[in-house]
Amino acid sequence: MDLRRVKEYFSWLYYQYQIISCCAVLEPWEQSMFNTILLTIIAMVVYTAYVFIPIHIRLAWEFFSKICGYHSTTAN
Amino acid sequence: MEIDVVQWSSAEQSQGREPKQNGKPHFYDKLIVESFEEAPLHVVVFTYMAYGIGTLFGYLRDFLRNWGIEKCNAAVERKEQKDFVPLYQDFENFYTRNLYMRIRDNWNRPICSAPGPLFDVMERVSDDYNWTFRFTGRIIKDVINMGSYNFLGLADKYDESMKTIKDVLEVYGTGVASTRHEMGTLDKHKELEDLVAKFLNVEAAMVFGMGFATNSMNIPALVGKGCLILSDELNHTSLVLGARLSGATIRVFKHNNTQSLEKLLRDAVIYGQPRTRRAWKKILILVEGTYSMEGSIVHLPQILALKKKYKAYLYIDEAHSIGAVGPTGRGVTEFFGLDPHEVDVLMGTFTKSFGASGGYIAGRKDLVDYLRVHSHSAVYATSMSPPIAEQIIRSLKFIMGLDGTTQGLQRVQQLAKNTRYFRQRLQEMGFIIYGNENASVVPLLLYMPGKVAAFARHMLQEKKIGVVVVGFPATPLAEARARFCVSASHTREMLDTVLEALDETGDLLRLKYSRHKKSARPELYDETSFELED
Repeated sequence: MDLRRVKEYFSWLYYQYQIISCCAVLEPWEQSMFNTILLTIIAMVVYTAYVFIPIHIRLAWEFFSKICGYHSTTAN
Repeated sequence: MEIDVVQWSSAEQSQGREPKQNGKPHFYDKLIVESFEEAPLHVVVFTYMAYGIGTLFGYLRDFLRNWGIEKCNAAVERKEQKDFVPLYQDFENFYTRNLYMRIRDNWNRPICSAPGPLFDVMERVSDDYNWTFRFTGRIIKDVINMGSYNFLGLADKYDESMKTIKDVLEVYGTGVASTRHEMGTLDKHKELEDLVAKFLNVEAAMVFGMGFATNSMNIPALVGKGCLILSDELNHTSLVLGARLSGATIRVFKHNNTQSLEKLLRDAVIYGQPRTRRAWKKILILVEGTYSMEGSIVHLPQILALKKKYKAYLYIDEAHSIGAVGPTGRGVTEFFGLDPHEVDVLMGTFTKSFGASGGYIAGRKDLVDYLRVHSHSAVYATSMSPPIAEQIIRSLKFIMGLDGTTQGLQRVQQLAKNTRYFRQRLQEMGFIIYGNENASVVPLLLYMPGKVAAFARHMLQEKKIGVVVVGFPATPLAEARARFCVSASHTREMLDTVLEALDETGDLLRLKYSRHKKSARPELYDETSFELED
C-alpha cells in the first residue's frame, strides 16, 4: 500500500520533470538521449564531489589553521 | 508594478455635457483594477531552460535532416536553388519546424457544430509526430466551449428568432456580386448602418464585409505621408498593417501607458517632422477597446484628456469590447460614462458579440461620407452578404431591446456577472490572471512550453473542455498563456465544471504561481443562535 503511494509519487515527480524540461514534447528516442546525458552528467558531478571535496576541505582547514596558528604564536 | 489601481472620477471630465440620448448622463466614480503579476523567478528560469533544451534538440534534428540521416517533412528549397539566398533558415522557420510542430495538435482543431456554449470536436490523431493528421471518424461530443468569441451567445444553431434571416435569404440570396460603389449597396446595408449609428449614439456609420479589412483598408484612407500614427505596442495585426500601408510615420507607446503616450505627443508637437521640422499634418492615436491577449481595457479618460490637450485624433478598435463591455453593451465609451462624440473614429467588428462577420466604422457624418467615397474597401471589396446583414440587424435589435423583450440587456448583464465570477474564482485559486476585472477575455499564464501542450491536451481529452492556448509569436516568448472567453450563454454549472477542472489541472501541472492567493473558501459559520454569556 505504502509502496504504491511511493511509486505514484515518483511517477508524478517524473511527470513534473518531463513537462518542466520540455521532455514531454520530445520524441521517445530524444527523451532517452536527454535522460542518459543528464544522468551521466549528474553521476560525474556526484563522483567528483565524493572524491575531491573531503581532500579540498582538509587542505583548506590546514591552510587557514596554519595562518591563525602563526598569528597566535607571533602575538604571544 | 504588480497590481495597478487607478482612481478616476468622471465628474470633473464631463461638466458641461448635454445629456445623452438614452437618459441621464452617468456620473460615477470608478476604480480601474488591473493586475499584471510577474512570475516567480524559478518559473522564468525553467521556461528559458526549456526553450534552450528545445533549441538544442532543434539544432540536432536540423543537422540530421540536413545530412540526410532523417527524412525531412518540412519545406526545403529545391536542389537547383541551393546556391540562392536561403529561404528557411531564419528563426521563425526554425521555431516552426522544431518547436511548433511538436505540439501542433493543439491548434487548428476542426469542429463540426455551431460554436455555442457546447460544441463537437472532430477527433484526429497523428502517426508521425504531428507532421500529418488523420481523422479517426469519431466526434468528441458536448465539449464545453471556452475558446470562441461568443460573448453574448448569439452565434448558435437556428432557432425561431432567426426566421427573418430565412426570409432575407429567400428574397436576396446569398451573394451580392458587386462592390459598394458599383451595385453592391442594398437597402439592408442602409438599414444596418442607421441601426449601428443609433446603437452607438453617433451621427453615421458604414459597414464593411470583413473585420480585418475594415482596419487595414480604412486607415490608409484616413492618414497618409506626413501624418503621425501613435499606436499601442500590443495592437492587433490589422491595425499594424493598416498603419504600415498608409505610409505615415509610426511611433509605438508602451501598452496602456499614458505617460509614454504623453511623452510621444509632446515630442511630436515640439519637434514636428523628422528632417524638415514642419508640423505634422495629423496625429492619430490607435488603441483598442479591449486587448484580447492581455485582457486589459484601454484607459480611455486619460487618453481623451491627452487628445484634447495636444489636438490629436483618436481611433478606437472595439472588436472585443462592443456588445461585451458597458452596462448596456455599448462599448468602452459607455463603460467609462463618456460621450461617444468625443472619440473621432469608432471602429468595431460584428464577429465577436453579434455572431456574424464584418466590421463598421462610425463617427461624424462627414467622416463617414468621406470614407464612403475614399475607402479602398468600398471601391474594391465585395459588400456584406444580405443574410449576415440581417443577422446583425437582428442582434442589434435584440441587444437594444427593440424586439420588445429585455433578453438582450439580461444577456449583457449575465456576461458581466459571469466574467466577474470567473475571474474572481480563478484569482482565489491562485492562478496568475492578466487584465482588467471587467474584461471577458481571461488570459491564464502557463509560461512553460511543456505545460502549454500538457494543459491543452489534458483539458480536451480528460475533461472535455475546449481551450485555446497561445504561445510565441503571438505573445512574448516566456509568457505563453491559455485564453478563456467567457460567454453569456455559459450557465453557472458549466462555469463551475470548468473551474473545478482548472483546479485539478492546476494542481496536477503545478500552475498556481500567484503569490497573492486570498484565503480559500472561508468556512461559513453554522451557528443559528448565540449563547450569550451572562
